[in-house]
Amino acid sequence: MRLRFFADETNYDFFRWRTATFGVSVFAVIASILLWVFVGLNFGIDFRGGTTIRTEAAEPVDVGAYRQAVETLNLGEVSVIEVFDPNFRDDQNVTMIRIQAQDGQESVTGDTIAQVQAALQQIAPSIEFASVESVGPKVSGELIMTAIIAVAAALVAILIYIWLRFEWQFSVGAVAALFHDTIVTIGIFSLLQIRFDLSTIAALLTIVGYSINDTVVIFDRLRENLRKYKTTPLQDVMNKSVNETLSRTVMTSGTTLVALIALLVFGGDVIRGFVFAITWGVVVGTYSSVYVAKNIVLMLGVTRDWSKPSDGGGGAGTQFANVDA
Amino acid sequence: MLQIPLWKRVVILGLCLLGILLALPNAFYTRVETHNDAVSAIETLGSTPEREADAGLWPSFLPATLVNLGLDLRGGAHLLAEVHVEDVYVDRMDTTWPDVRDALVAIRDQVGFVERLEAAAPGTLSLRIQNADAMPAALEAVRALAQPVVSLSGIGAQDLVVTGQGSTLTVELSPEEKLATDDRTVRQALEIIRRRIDEVGTREPTIQRQGEDRILIQVPGVGSAEELKGIIGTTARLTFHPVVSASATADTRTSAGQLLVQDIDEEAVWYVLESAAILSGEDLKTAQPGFDQNGQPSVTLSFNGHGAQVFGRFTSENVGALFATVLDDKVITAPQIREPITGGQAQITGNFTVESSTDLAVLLRAGALPAELTFLEERTISPGLGQDSIEAGRIAAVVGFVAVIVFMALSYGLFGIFANIALIVNLSMLLGVLSAFGATLTLPGIAGIVLTMGMAVDANVLVFERIREELKTAKGPSRAIELGYQRALSAIIDANITTFITSLILFLLGSGPVKGFAVTLMVGIVTSVFTAIWLTRLLVVIWFERRRPRTIEV
Repeated sequence: MRLRFFADETNYDFFRWRTATFGVSVFAVIASILLWVFVGLNFGIDFRGGTTIRTEAAEPVDVGAYRQAVETLNLGEVSVIEVFDPNFRDDQNVTMIRIQAQDGQESVTGDTIAQVQAALQQIAPSIEFASVESVGPKVSGELIMTAIIAVAAALVAILIYIWLRFEWQFSVGAVAALFHDTIVTIGIFSLLQIRFDLSTIAALLTIVGYSINDTVVIFDRLRENLRKYKTTPLQDVMNKSVNETLSRTVMTSGTTLVALIALLVFGGDVIRGFVFAITWGVVVGTYSSVYVAKNIVLMLGVTRDWSKPSDGGGGAGTQFANVDA
Repeated sequence: MLQIPLWKRVVILGLCLLGILLALPNAFYTRVETHNDAVSAIETLGSTPEREADAGLWPSFLPATLVNLGLDLRGGAHLLAEVHVEDVYVDRMDTTWPDVRDALVAIRDQVGFVERLEAAAPGTLSLRIQNADAMPAALEAVRALAQPVVSLSGIGAQDLVVTGQGSTLTVELSPEEKLATDDRTVRQALEIIRRRIDEVGTREPTIQRQGEDRILIQVPGVGSAEELKGIIGTTARLTFHPVVSASATADTRTSAGQLLVQDIDEEAVWYVLESAAILSGEDLKTAQPGFDQNGQPSVTLSFNGHGAQVFGRFTSENVGALFATVLDDKVITAPQIREPITGGQAQITGNFTVESSTDLAVLLRAGALPAELTFLEERTISPGLGQDSIEAGRIAAVVGFVAVIVFMALSYGLFGIFANIALIVNLSMLLGVLSAFGATLTLPGIAGIVLTMGMAVDANVLVFERIREELKTAKGPSRAIELGYQRALSAIIDANITTFITSLILFLLGSGPVKGFAVTLMVGIVTSVFTAIWLTRLLVVIWFERRRPRTIEV
């Protein structure tokens, strides 16, 4: 008995709603950019400086009272969020308090932390600071630059690699898919106002890595089939390739999602944003490999004038040293 | 067709075994940790029955390196400090001034009187000479003081730049010398921070330079970043000055060459001191906490030869006068010299507690920081939160692991079991490699492991799906398996190389927990490709040789 999601041979037409799916992708990218520009990201202290304090207390949390207590200290903008997690014990009431960067200082001073703690102890005597993190404006500015460079460098590196291993059309298609994934993830972060910090950038790069993985597998099959079926129209070869790799795509995305959902549910709230980004990215990345990367390759067309003899059709695309570019 | 030579089999299984062996200590984390601590304690402090018993908890023939837990899992403090390298330029100019003055005094008949201008830009030395016409001679005399720069990049350059305009002569460090000085300053600061933290004796601190003028300090097990700052943040610049007046106030006016310094304990008490120090902390040989004759905590200082000599001469010549001990611009104590102190030892008594005298002794022993530090970033994570994170990560990993294994077994049957064995070996190897390299496991790193579990089976899925396809056309199962592995290879390689590229970028540009994530991801890619391509193939081949099935179902 085998668990099968599809019949051995599927023959779905992945290009039937080609305009619609591509339209959805384009719309999603534009909407995400608009959200990013007009709603904005909920930057964590990594990117805008300031201090976050994670408090734990036995007493139930009154967010308003917490905020008032901290606001009396005149530290500028203060936000208090209560954190919930199924892993917490009954007497574990957790909040995240964020305080803006103070004028004229880099990281927060011990005096300020002590003041905040004293003020909060008036409301919740058992309160303890599970973590205090503070980033000065100088570093946060640099971190933004590093993050942008990291994502850009990853995209360029992949563009070059795919170009070397496949053809430039594939390379453009793959990077467009990655761009789509990155932007749509940024979009969902600004829509849901999830905290966007350094670990989110790590998640973005992971998504890039995962999504390209998926795209490459389909491209690899496409390259092979293009040699096998020299006269079949491009669209049909593509459809065949997606169908042939469909089972694999679903299996791999399936196992990865299963592991990620375990992490999302049980992994604790500290990394939930990070895991959410990756989970979202796996879904979007799987979608974009089929509906973005391939659509673009289809639009750009592929040179099918194979001047090089393929090694008997069967072995095409299997040799590691088989560099096409 | 499906043949793997014996030597290859041995190598594959050997590597797997090695990985498992290296990972093994992590399964007994606390036990091995106790063992390691005991072993290092025996090495440095000698053997006791207790330590031997602790060391015996883990057999010495087994590997005992553990994967380091990052701050977010263990709890501790993280600081990113910026060294104010410019502070040193100021000091350098102050020490250059007497030489410049002497050089100009030697040609006084040409230049006339020389006066240092207090209004000079920070880090530069400006002076006015009486005779503006003699500027070329003055420039020449001062330039003769310049030394070649001692550094690789600054070869051939001089350390001082001397310019003259009208009657004003300006001396400053050359850009090459500034670079060389910056580098020295940061190294020196790094070394002193390391010494101070080592004095406190905590486990596995990370102290490393970042960029030009920054130092990253991570210390597990410290209660808070504030505490850590207390250990490293004080400049601990100790100087001794003759006291001009002990009854000053905050707005007492001082004349040139004098300093107004506040008392460390009483805000209202100020002293006027001569700004030239008799001695500084550099002449200190060692500092020990102790008690004075009244039983009050104190710090006993021993000077080196030069220090003892200077101190002896000064106290002999000034019996009855006051002298002040100044730490970081605050007067600790300003006692009267009752008798000459010639033994090279002195005792500082002040308003100390046992703890503060011990701290001060530690700071003085480690030496003064060459420049001030600003903290750009600080993070404190309590051990409790770290423990919660480990717990959550562990549950998530187990649940994810079981789910993936069940999923694979249901989908591919026996081949799924092979893939699962490979997955288990893969995880052990991952952990083993991380421990062997002394990598640090962070919370995102745990996420990386869980993600690896999901993605590691991908290579096998590719192969198995391919085998399924080949079964439809190829003759016989053995050929199908062969072709399946062969034809899936290019997809596996391309897919993993691209993922590796992004992880590498993450590793190069990331920091702290993110770096930890990138490391697990990179190692995970390598081990998963290894286990998926070689180990499962070996398992399939062994099974195939034994059973010789006519048909296979994947």
